[in-house]
Amino acid sequence: MILTVLHKTRYEFAAPVRGIIQSLRLTPAKCEGQRVLDWSIDVPGATMSTPFRDGAGDYLQTVSLRAACDNIEITVSGRVETFDTAGILRGHRERVPPRAYLRGTIRTEPNRAIQDLVADALKGHEDAADLDRAHRLAAAVSQALPYTPGATDAHTTAAEAITAGAGVCQDHAQVLISCAHLAGMPARYVSGYLNATEDSSPHEASHAWAELYLDGLGWVGFDAANQCCPNDQYIRLGSGLDAQDAAPIRGLVSGGSAESLDVSVEIAAQEQRQQQ
Amino acid sequence: MAEQYFNEMYDGQGLRAPYQMLEGWYQNMPAEIRAVKQAEAEGLFRRYGITFAVYGEGGDPDRLIPFDMFPRVFTSDEWRKLERGIKQRARALNAFLSDVYDRGEIIRAGRIPADLVYRNEAYEIAVAGFRPPLGIFSHIVGIDLVRTGADQFYVLEDNCRTPSGVSYMLENREVMMRMFPHLFQENRVAPVDGYARLLKRTLDSVAPEKCERDPKVVLLTPGHYNSAYYEHSFLADLMGIELVEGQDLFVEGDFCWMRTTEGPQKVDVIYRRIDDAFLDPLCFRPDSALGVPGLMNVYRSGGVTICSAPGAGVADDKAIYTYVPEMVRFYLGEAPILENVPTWQCAKPDELKYVQENIADLVIKEVHGSGGYGMLVGPKSDKATIETFAAKLAANPSNYIAQPTLALSTCPTFVEEGIAPRHVDLRPYCLVGRDIELVPGALTRVALTEGSLVVNSSQGGGVKDTWVIAEE
Amino acid sequence: MLSRTAANLFWMTRYLERSETTARLLDLGFRNALLPNIGGGFRTEWSAILQSKGALQEFTDKYGELKQRNIESFLFFDLDNPSSVASCITAARENARIVRTALTTQVWDAINTSFQELKALSRRERSSLEVPELTDWTLRTAALIRGSIAATQLRNDGYRFMNLGYAVERADNTARLLDVKYYVLLPSVAYVGSGLDNYQWTTLLRALSAHRAYNWAYGGELSATQIAHFLILNPKFPRSLLSCCVEVNEHLDHLARMYDRSTTAQEAARKLLGELAEAKMADVFDEGLHEFLSRMIYENGRLAGCIVDQYLTGEAR
Repeated sequence: MILTVLHKTRYEFAAPVRGIIQSLRLTPAKCEGQRVLDWSIDVPGATMSTPFRDGAGDYLQTVSLRAACDNIEITVSGRVETFDTAGILRGHRERVPPRAYLRGTIRTEPNRAIQDLVADALKGHEDAADLDRAHRLAAAVSQALPYTPGATDAHTTAAEAITAGAGVCQDHAQVLISCAHLAGMPARYVSGYLNATEDSSPHEASHAWAELYLDGLGWVGFDAANQCCPNDQYIRLGSGLDAQDAAPIRGLVSGGSAESLDVSVEIAAQEQRQQQ
Repeated sequence: MAEQYFNEMYDGQGLRAPYQMLEGWYQNMPAEIRAVKQAEAEGLFRRYGITFAVYGEGGDPDRLIPFDMFPRVFTSDEWRKLERGIKQRARALNAFLSDVYDRGEIIRAGRIPADLVYRNEAYEIAVAGFRPPLGIFSHIVGIDLVRTGADQFYVLEDNCRTPSGVSYMLENREVMMRMFPHLFQENRVAPVDGYARLLKRTLDSVAPEKCERDPKVVLLTPGHYNSAYYEHSFLADLMGIELVEGQDLFVEGDFCWMRTTEGPQKVDVIYRRIDDAFLDPLCFRPDSALGVPGLMNVYRSGGVTICSAPGAGVADDKAIYTYVPEMVRFYLGEAPILENVPTWQCAKPDELKYVQENIADLVIKEVHGSGGYGMLVGPKSDKATIETFAAKLAANPSNYIAQPTLALSTCPTFVEEGIAPRHVDLRPYCLVGRDIELVPGALTRVALTEGSLVVNSSQGGGVKDTWVIAEE
Repeated sequence: MLSRTAANLFWMTRYLERSETTARLLDLGFRNALLPNIGGGFRTEWSAILQSKGALQEFTDKYGELKQRNIESFLFFDLDNPSSVASCITAARENARIVRTALTTQVWDAINTSFQELKALSRRERSSLEVPELTDWTLRTAALIRGSIAATQLRNDGYRFMNLGYAVERADNTARLLDVKYYVLLPSVAYVGSGLDNYQWTTLLRALSAHRAYNWAYGGELSATQIAHFLILNPKFPRSLLSCCVEVNEHLDHLARMYDRSTTAQEAARKLLGELAEAKMADVFDEGLHEFLSRMIYENGRLAGCIVDQYLTGEAR
């Protein structure tokens, strides 16, 4: 399938700021599940660095504006050919040892409720294959957190989300990571795009899910929010230990004032010409 | 009681060779002259501004570290062996770092447990797969040594991040030479003042490949409220490089720039004296105001070198320490010249059991602690202290390691009544760049309280000038 | 050089100059207080002094009544008062400590020693300290530091920024001192030209260590016009606005040559110098002395702002 992306992020500042610097993780890397046909990032007036690939295989790019300004707009557009690999991440060049993803952060630190969730989900299946256990955990997380926009915010931790009993894809991913760690499986946060189709439950186009490292399979994506594994409707941008670490945009404003954020994402499947 | 410790000046047979010249010196120094000299030394230190703020003590931020005028002396033979051992260790530690951020051969070979490395907080995922210039991660390796016999040295710990204290090594010598010039005329004390030049050369040698001119090197300090600020300023000055704070640098495009009165100037090498977590709020702690936003992107795309490399701390963790002799064998194919102190990992149940049974005889340290805080010196502690500590240990065993109480050697030290033996340790500073260098000298820390084994300046320790007698 | 280093050098000397001015004001108040009480007495004079520092409100909030001993404490020792001698010297020493390596040992020694002496002074019994001792100490200290800078610092960009700090601050301080005298110090217009008026002019000159210099330059007769001329337009008097402006231009020109780059700071400085060099006292009085001085304080501040923007932030290209 060929997916087209048009992703605009606009920050407006109440009063002009002295400068802005951002680290962007906004370019899909090549793997068996996706191939970039064309891609561009445009930030008017800003200086862009040469993109580079980090150890996790993500493309990173620094963007900076060193003059007084009252807004910054990042426009990402491109086309990606995607393939359904049943969630399995293959052919992705990366250097980080999977076991490094056994560590938690403040955002994925388990609490008692998450411990109970894991114990219940795996009861009687403690010795099952990783894949089976991972599916059980994803299903349990999906059940424990009905999709509820507005119940949580960008800073909500896994423990807070489980206590709230509701959340969005970010919370699903972070709670699932927390669960996987308890079950002894390396896990990480993935950010990307989702082409919401009619028959799946359409959640945010700017999307997030978790990847768990499974014996024999390697990294496998689990989208607890949509109760599935990522397929050809998904574009993978990058990964990290949690939502902050994997954020597509991490930035800092100098001489900051109140900011407002406006994001629009349009994903669409392009009509394909005859397959060769 | 005193005989159980190795006395570096008087061993069983009498006066040891390296101290021959010093016996007459101190014996012929009248008490009143000594007092004058001591005051003079303090005046010099205060003039130079060498002070050391003690964490959590409040009090005078301009406190001086006590300086003991009685030098500590090594023969060139003793030093040669230490030097070989220190350099060997520094090479092995760097080989380890460059391996664990690459293919992790030592882990694949089963010589170090994977979790000890990869789950370690100091292992930086952000730099996995990145090879810094020349593959060097730790450019200044501080190795803490203790001596227990004429030929017996133990490594207490390694410092691969930003070991401090080298300014004392240099200033102690400076002060001694000003106060007792004749001692240096009569003894062939090897000079240490080449350290700054060697450090600068080391930093120059790891400039990024992209740098096509004389590299611009800067020293990044957390600022003048930091307890080691004096040292930062002192070293920058000796090397003739700018002392910068995070706010003086910014990232634009593929490079890091310094704000100067002539506009932005490109920076090639950053000798940083701030922790990884604070280096870049866009990569690590987002609340850090000490770092440079975007720096890690520039670093990882080869636009600037950071010394020591982010992630170097995984090599000097106290849990990894046990495996350093293994690193020497694995990477260098050599037998370790310097020995480790036998160490019990409290994370391991059987070792924990031993530690709990023998707690009163052991020294117990936090795995990530430093500065002599959070440790228990069993034989020097009362029952209540031991019991409190035992409870902490039981609650979180993997946070602790234990070592036998070492019989630290003593060195004569000026006290009220003349001289008396006091326990000392040794921290040499090994430089790793294109070449591997060690100046013939080190920081000797001395526990000024009678019988004390804690030499940390934050806990009442002092410093001494450390001599290596040059060969004929 | 690092912008922050330059900024610290610039502020170090501004604080040093300011500490000297505060001490001079303290001296001025002290001498005025020795005067027989006419029309309002010393209280109004002290309040004028505080007003000139923009610190009257702060003082009354903290101490209430205007007692001389309290005013002395406030102007000399009080660390809550940002322009007290103690605050200024502490701040200057802190600036110096940050850029230790940009200073010669002599300069650091002079600044650090003054800080240590200040601490010793503040530990002494207050009743054993008379104003002349405090002001003498401050002026002596200031001279020692200034002399150490002049005698030992390399004539590099750092030296220029130190002197820019001194000159910019001094211009500001002279303008304020003169303004105080003319509009605040004098109880009423009726006193202009009176004995009281003359006594106050003399003390102002004394406080500026310019009493004898004035007599040499103008033949000993006191007149408001001549004194204003002396403090504003006389190129020989080192504290006159014109002298300060000449100095600012000199150091900025050095920087422009050294860096091979001229900026809006040089432009602003040249413009101000142009005006002062051409000005006649008649013009000044036409505009109104107070108005003229206010405008000078503003222009001088704007010039300082240009120096900051062009050199001390590292943003300018």
